[in-house]
Formats: sequence, C-alpha cells, structure tokens
Amino acid sequence: MNREIRLKKRYAAEQRFKLYGVISILTALFFVGLLLFKVFSGGATAFIKTTIAVEVDYNKELLGFEASQIPSMEEVKQADFYDVTYQAATGFYKFSNDAEEKSIRTMLSGRYEQEIKNYLLNNPDLLGKKEVLYLTTSDDVDQLHKGNFPRDIPEERRRINNFQLQVYDALVEQGKIKTKYNNYFLTNGDSRDAEIAGVGGSMMGSFFSIIICLILAFPIAILAAVYLEEFAPKNRTTEIIEININNLAAVPSIVFGLLALGILLNTFGLPRSTSLVGGITLSLMTLPTIIIACRASLKAVPPSIREAALAVGASKVQTTIHHVVPLAMPGTLSGTIIGLAQALGETAPLLLIGMVAFVVDIPSVPTDPSASLPVQIYLWSEQAERGFVEKTSATIMLLIGFLIIMNSLAVWARQKFERKWM
Amino acid sequence: MDVIMNEEKIIAKDVSVFYGEKQALFDVNLSIDKNKVTSLIGPSGCGKSTFIRCINRMNDVIDICKVQGAIEINGHNIYDKSVDVVKLREKVGMVFQKPNPFPKSIYDNVAYGPTIHGLANNKTDMDQIVENSLKKAALWEEVKDRLNDAGTGLSGGQQQRLCIARAISINPEVILMDEPCSALDPIATAKIEDLIGELKETFTIVIVTHSMSQAARVSQKTGFFHLGKLIEFDSTDKIFKNPSNSMTQDYITGRFG
Repeated sequence: MNREIRLKKRYAAEQRFKLYGVISILTALFFVGLLLFKVFSGGATAFIKTTIAVEVDYNKELLGFEASQIPSMEEVKQADFYDVTYQAATGFYKFSNDAEEKSIRTMLSGRYEQEIKNYLLNNPDLLGKKEVLYLTTSDDVDQLHKGNFPRDIPEERRRINNFQLQVYDALVEQGKIKTKYNNYFLTNGDSRDAEIAGVGGSMMGSFFSIIICLILAFPIAILAAVYLEEFAPKNRTTEIIEININNLAAVPSIVFGLLALGILLNTFGLPRSTSLVGGITLSLMTLPTIIIACRASLKAVPPSIREAALAVGASKVQTTIHHVVPLAMPGTLSGTIIGLAQALGETAPLLLIGMVAFVVDIPSVPTDPSASLPVQIYLWSEQAERGFVEKTSATIMLLIGFLIIMNSLAVWARQKFERKWM
Repeated sequence: MDVIMNEEKIIAKDVSVFYGEKQALFDVNLSIDKNKVTSLIGPSGCGKSTFIRCINRMNDVIDICKVQGAIEINGHNIYDKSVDVVKLREKVGMVFQKPNPFPKSIYDNVAYGPTIHGLANNKTDMDQIVENSLKKAALWEEVKDRLNDAGTGLSGGQQQRLCIARAISINPEVILMDEPCSALDPIATAKIEDLIGELKETFTIVIVTHSMSQAARVSQKTGFFHLGKLIEFDSTDKIFKNPSNSMTQDYITGRFG
C-alpha cells in the first residue's frame, strides 16, 4: 500500500516537473513572439513609401534647349531643371496663393527634383515628351496615408494643414496616390527627412566594423587559445591569464569603448567616428569569446588523436596544426560567429568612439565616418518625427535578420565541419 | 666460437617512473631481444603500460611524469639530452589500446607518417609505401578499393590493423603495442595475433596484454609486473610452465589479479 502511494507521488512529481518546463518554454516563447510582433508590425511599413502621380513635362525649352536641338547626355546632365521640376511639383493641384503653393510643394519629398532629373537621365528618349512619374511624398503625407496621423485634432497641432488634407483627399479620389517599394530605405544614408533616410550607410559601417573585428580577433584568439591550451606550461602565470580572459568576457562593453576612446582616439589619434576604430573596439570585446570557444573545442579533441600523431613521430607543432586544430575548428567557428553576432548588436562602445554621429554619406572605406546598425536604431529612436518610428523598427528587423542568419551559419558550420573520430 | 643467439635490442637499466609524488615503477631492469615478441603481463595498475610508454618517451607528454634510469636502444640511451624525441619515435612506433585512426581517409592515415618524415619523393613512391604498409598489416585486400574512405568508418579490428599499418609505414625498428586487442572481438584478436607473428620477422615487438593466453601464444619472452616492480622476466615457456617466483605462479594460475 505504502509502495503504491510512493509510486503515485513519484509519477505526480514527474508530471509537475514536466509542466514547469512547458510553462517556462511557453513564457519565453510568448515574450519572443511579443517582441517580434511589435517590431514587425511597426517596422514593415518602412519598406513601403507613398507616392503621388505627377505629370512631368520634359520640355526642351523649359530645360533651356532650342526646340530643334538634340542635346548630348552631358548637356542634359548640366541642364537647369528648375522650371521643369517647379512646374511638376506645383502642377498636380490648383492653388490660389503663395501659402497654398508652398503647401503643395512640401507634400513632395526633398528629393523630388533629383527623382525627376534622374528619370530623364535613365530614359533619355523622354526628352521633349510628357511622362507620369510617381514622386515620393514627404514624410508627413506618407504617415497620413499609412494612417498614423489623426485628422481630428486642431490644425495648429497638426503637421499637415487643412489645405494639404484637402489636396490629399482629392488626390486619393483621383487615384493619384500609390504606395510603392521604398527604394531609399536600404540604399540611402541617414537624413533629416524621414522619407529619404535609409540604413545603407549604417549597414556599410556595421559591415566594415565586423570585417575588421574578424580580421583582428580571429587569428589572435586562435593563436592565444592554441598556445594556452597546447603549449603553455600549466603554472600560476597561465592560471592567472586564464582567469583574466574569462573575466574579460564578462566586462561591460562600454568599458571597451572607454578604453578605445582613451587609447585609440586620444593617444594614437586614429580618426573618430570611423568603422576602423569601431572594428578594433569590437575585436577587443570579441577576443575573449573566441578564445574561450576555441579552448573548449581544443579540450574536446580526444587525447588519443594527439598520441596517434606523436607516436608516428610528429612534433608537437605538427600534431597541433595537422590534427588538433582542424578537429577544434567547427566549435571555434561557431564560437566566432556568435561572438561576431554579439559585436554586430553592440551599441555602447560605439557611442563612446563617436560612431553616433549623423552621417549622410555612405562610407566607402573603413576610415570614413559612419554609423552602425544598432547606433542607427539608437539615433532614430530619439527622433520626434513619426516617420522615424517605423524606420527604427525596420532597422531592428534588419538587425534581427542578420543575427538570425549569423547564428544559423554558426549551427550550420558546426554540423558541416564536425567530424566523427570515434 | 660463440654464437649470439639473441641480439639485445632494448636494455632497461634501473628504470623508475614518478607521477608527481607517486612512484609508479621501481628499478626495472630487462632486456628485449631483436626480432622477438616480448610480452608484459600483470594486473591493472602494475606499471606495464607505464613501462612500455617509456620506450618511445610517450610519457614526456605528461607534465608531472619523471623518468629515472636509462633505456638503451642499440646501445644508446634514449633519455640522453642529445636525443631528439621525433627521431626516436621514427624508430619506435606504437599501437594503442583503443584504435585511434585519424579522422581522415585510409590512405591519408598511412601516408601521414611518411609525409612528415619525407620518406616519399613522389606520389608513386607514396602509393607504394601505403600499399606495402597495408599489406604488411594484412589489411590491403579489405581496403584496396576504398582507400579514400574514412579510416574511422572501418570496423574495430580493421581500425587497429590500420593503426598498425600507420605505425609500420615509417619503417620503425621497434613496435610497441599497448593492449592492442583489448577493444576487439576474438576473431579480430586472432587476426592481430597472426599479424604479430609475421611482423616479428621485420620488427622487434613489445606487447602489453591483459590476456595471459595471448602472451603465451604470441611471445617468446614474458615479463610479469606487480605493483610497479618487475617480478619475473624469462622465456615465455618458463614463465607459464615453471615460474620461479610464487607470485608469478599465483597470477598465471588465476589466484589473483
């Protein structure tokens, strides 16, 4: 009887234990789901922009050519587009005074002149003809169209005035408002205007930083780990080094930023706000992660492989390079990728070395000033304009996407290169 | 006129081994004949493996291990300061308890030793070395069509013969075998034992074994270790039929160990 009760209790305990586990996992999944939902629902619209169909007259005379003249591409490039663009930007709705004229023109993005000019340069045979272009609207019209601006508040508290609302409604009625893929978001640099601000610059900045981080951290970490694990005598000194490496992995990342600010920028005078310095800073941070991963993988290589190589007369270095390190590579690689993913998402140290600057140009070399993805998120999250809110979420989406890709790469690398030795 | 029946290949003189504070071997003296199989028996922890690992200085790998005394191979002390361990291990190959092929192809497993020692001038040479080594290890017929398959994909017995092929690929003079059959089934064991009989024509073999019947079958001389001491060392016949030490008698008759 007693035994039966005990058995029942044991089963009940097992069931309870499983239940706790399931509850924990569900809670974790719920929060991840909440995060993803919030980010994706807020950010997805950043990949779409609102446009207005505008008829553009590429009239030769408006461009300053003779009607009979056939200008070269170079001449078209040099031409004065002011009249053409002015006519297009004010021509899609009738206005009666200067204030209304300005209201109409500001419904288009700051880029409309370039959009009109570039379209002609890409389609030179349109010269002298009329063409309907879909011009990017200003951030305010964009947000209005996406339903993010309430219309029922007093005019002085709205960024869109009554006349613009009237124009917008009329255009919607005529079917002249269309949403299109936002080609600016992935390719443009930062901008004060939300409708043309993009993450192209910060993506390049992050890319350069990560590459520099990899180039610096990977070889140094591997050599350090291999030396410590395979060659260094096991004594007090190596023990202290080992403890310090483990501690280094736990140092708050902002401390590395302070270090970089003090040494790289102030002592060595490296250029501020650049992905070069960013990469070096991140490599300091990634170094202990890779060393620890590599040492763990080296430890996991069975001693019998070392003995086998030594017994056929391989030297210690040959044994290590020919057999031990290749077997430790899968674990090291996945550790490296995870370290890099961490570095990719790092903001704090970059703030201190000035990568928080407002950079419009897309960096072409690592010594150009640039931002990085997480810093871009931080910068935009401070902006009051409604258009930057969705851009912030969209940048987070990109960052999460890159992190997922890198982590899957780590898993893939581990499985692909893992070799059975027993 | 004296006829030297047995040429002494390895002579151990007062070999003592310490692991830190603990002494694992006490003043072992023995001599191993050329082109003979010498087996070392004894209960677990008796020091027989420690001793065999002294012969190619595998104990160097262990930081806390210290070896005293001298082991002479061809009259030269291998613990002399001038001895290069890599050169020594070229002459003294080793096969381990658990088959430990490299996680590479069968071909690469055998070719690794000759490659690092520069024994082959070209691919044809290397192919020849690999083929000869595998033939000597009685594995060639089984693997000749799949030399590029993973060595780790072979059966346990085949893996152990691959390890033997790897050991003989660099033409050593001595082969040490540390319980080479303990992880194998009886059929694979029989194959390895046959192989040992053939190999002794070319090499001097020292084998550590748990199995007394194996020692009786394959070896010409046997040493019995107990608690780090070499209790008795004599011809295998004498050890198994008429041991002079009562402890040896007890062990081989199964009264302890």
